[in-house]
Amino acid sequence: MDDDERRDTIGTGHVAPRRSASSLAVGRSSRGDVIFRQLARGSGILLLLIIIAIAAFLVSKAVPAIAKDKSNFLTFTGWDPDGNPPKFGIAPLAAGTLITSALALIMGVPVAVGVALFISHYAPRRMAQLLGAMVDLLAAVPSIVYGLFGLIYLVPAMAKFQGLLHKYFGFIPIFSSTGFYTKSLLVAGVVLAIMILPIVAAISREVFLQTPREHVEAALALGATKWEVMRTAVIPYGRPGIISATVLGFGRALGETIAVALVLPITFKVTLKILDIQGNSIAAEIAVYYGDAGKVGRGALIAAGLVLFAMTLLVNLIARAIVARRRDFRAAAA
Amino acid sequence: MAKRIDVSGLNVFYSKFLAVQDVSIAIEPRTVTALIGPSGCGKSTFLRTLNRMHEVIPRARVEGKVMLDGEDIYAADVDPVNVRRTIGMVFQKPNPFPTMSIYDNVVAGLRLQRRWKEAELDTIVERSLRSANLWAEVEDRLGKPGAGLSGGQQQRLCIARAIAVEPQVLLMDEPCSALDPISTLAIEDLIGELKERYTIVIVTHNMQQAARVSDRTGFFNLAGVGQPGRLIEYDDTERIFTNPNEKKTEEYITGRFG
Ligand SMILES: Nc1ncnc2c1ncn2[C@@H]1O[C@H](COP(=O)(O)OP(=O)(O)OP(=O)(O)O)[C@@H](O)[C@H]1O
Ligand SMILES: [Mg+2]
Repeated sequence: MDDDERRDTIGTGHVAPRRSASSLAVGRSSRGDVIFRQLARGSGILLLLIIIAIAAFLVSKAVPAIAKDKSNFLTFTGWDPDGNPPKFGIAPLAAGTLITSALALIMGVPVAVGVALFISHYAPRRMAQLLGAMVDLLAAVPSIVYGLFGLIYLVPAMAKFQGLLHKYFGFIPIFSSTGFYTKSLLVAGVVLAIMILPIVAAISREVFLQTPREHVEAALALGATKWEVMRTAVIPYGRPGIISATVLGFGRALGETIAVALVLPITFKVTLKILDIQGNSIAAEIAVYYGDAGKVGRGALIAAGLVLFAMTLLVNLIARAIVARRRDFRAAAA
Repeated sequence: MAKRIDVSGLNVFYSKFLAVQDVSIAIEPRTVTALIGPSGCGKSTFLRTLNRMHEVIPRARVEGKVMLDGEDIYAADVDPVNVRRTIGMVFQKPNPFPTMSIYDNVVAGLRLQRRWKEAELDTIVERSLRSANLWAEVEDRLGKPGAGLSGGQQQRLCIARAIAVEPQVLLMDEPCSALDPISTLAIEDLIGELKERYTIVIVTHNMQQAARVSDRTGFFNLAGVGQPGRLIEYDDTERIFTNPNEKKTEEYITGRFG
């Protein structure tokens, strides 16, 4: 690629004929193109550099700490990096992160998609505008507020609900319990569900609104009811958008720090019992302990951060694969 | 199972704009009726009132009566969903569901009605695709996306989808406008076959097509820009094309228009 020649073209503002003087040669009309291409490429490279820098930073701090770990970093269930010998393991943190985020998706995404469908296709215009604004407002609430709401309101308010879940569904292992209902993975899941709702709802609403009119009419003309139109045309058309939105929400839930730190018990047991007073997450652990941590302790927390980074990346890749698998259907539609 | 349609005193509005005025027309079962007329005179608008598709446009409304075998489809207790299940529609622009396979497109309407056994659906898919003259071309790729077909194939897929539910009336809005002559002929042949079972109303800009496929022809026209469209003349196709009553009709058909 003859970049220099082109850059010069931009610099002087004079377009020298390139390979030929014919009117078809690269000329003035392509100058905007060239500038834009360079800008786009520059931004792309910058983005890549930032990601590499973050990864390098995480790895450079994490590796020495993990080397000092006298326990198995992947399986040990405890966190004492500044002890002698230093022992810490990522398993309880990673498990808690995944479980709370998964709970958030299970509870948050269906509600968000429902809200998006209601706003885009059911609500009268006025109400749709009002609801849309409220969703946006919900997205603007700082996470500390969600955390306080969870701690002060949800924890006591959900005690009874958690008790009922245990009473009626206790035979399912995840709902077994010690009988005390307070901070738990479930409460954290609910807080996260509320937090991801606006982003998932906003993106889903956009894609639902974009459903081409002719697909909606095709369904209507077959005698579809409103809900059947949603099922045959609107939701399938919006599916890749919903998946992207879900991934964004998942990413947000995985990385959420302060709100989760306030409603999780911050313990070091790997558990699937979502009602139990157990649970922690990577981001919460870092937020709670970074200030007091010693040298190895900080490295250990950064190692945890590296795992979180990797998990987020993985989630994105999986989501891309899911979207790509249906691409032949979408591309053909374009 | 084909039904007759009787329209009387129909006015069609887009919010305050009167698009079609005072149409009365009687359409016999098992006939093909062609609607012709210049662009913007309200053919599509009128057609869409026959299966209550007009009202899905915000603030669009209809006055007057449309009777299907003596039953007013605009009566207060009539569910438009049932009307549309009885009266199928094929649109000008092919609109298969992009997220569905060819197979699923054909059975989309059926699946709205009730649960079916796989074998039942297989039979109907083959029958519908054969009727739509598409079977041979897609037989070995029923699981592929419907939107991956050519424009003409997509249109025939939409026809297959419309007839899979065995409607009593089939409305077609310029179904061949995006098609090559061969696909067009295939669809015209198909209309000839379908006529034995369905009542068909077709909008077309193609005079030869109207003359070839239809038994009766209605000519729509409008007096000027912003004026409502009206049904100027409605008669046997042969008569419309040889000896129409109205001067306007003759001018339009012979191309001396305006
Ligand atoms: N969604 C709409 N909202 C408002 N006015 C509309 C709408 N659709 C059509 N019209 C108007 O109604 C009139 C009739 O339109 P219609 O589409 O029925 O014409 P047509 O005879 O089908 O024309 P063509 O042959 O070009 O398809 C036109 O004046 C058009 O501008
Ligand atoms: Mg039209």
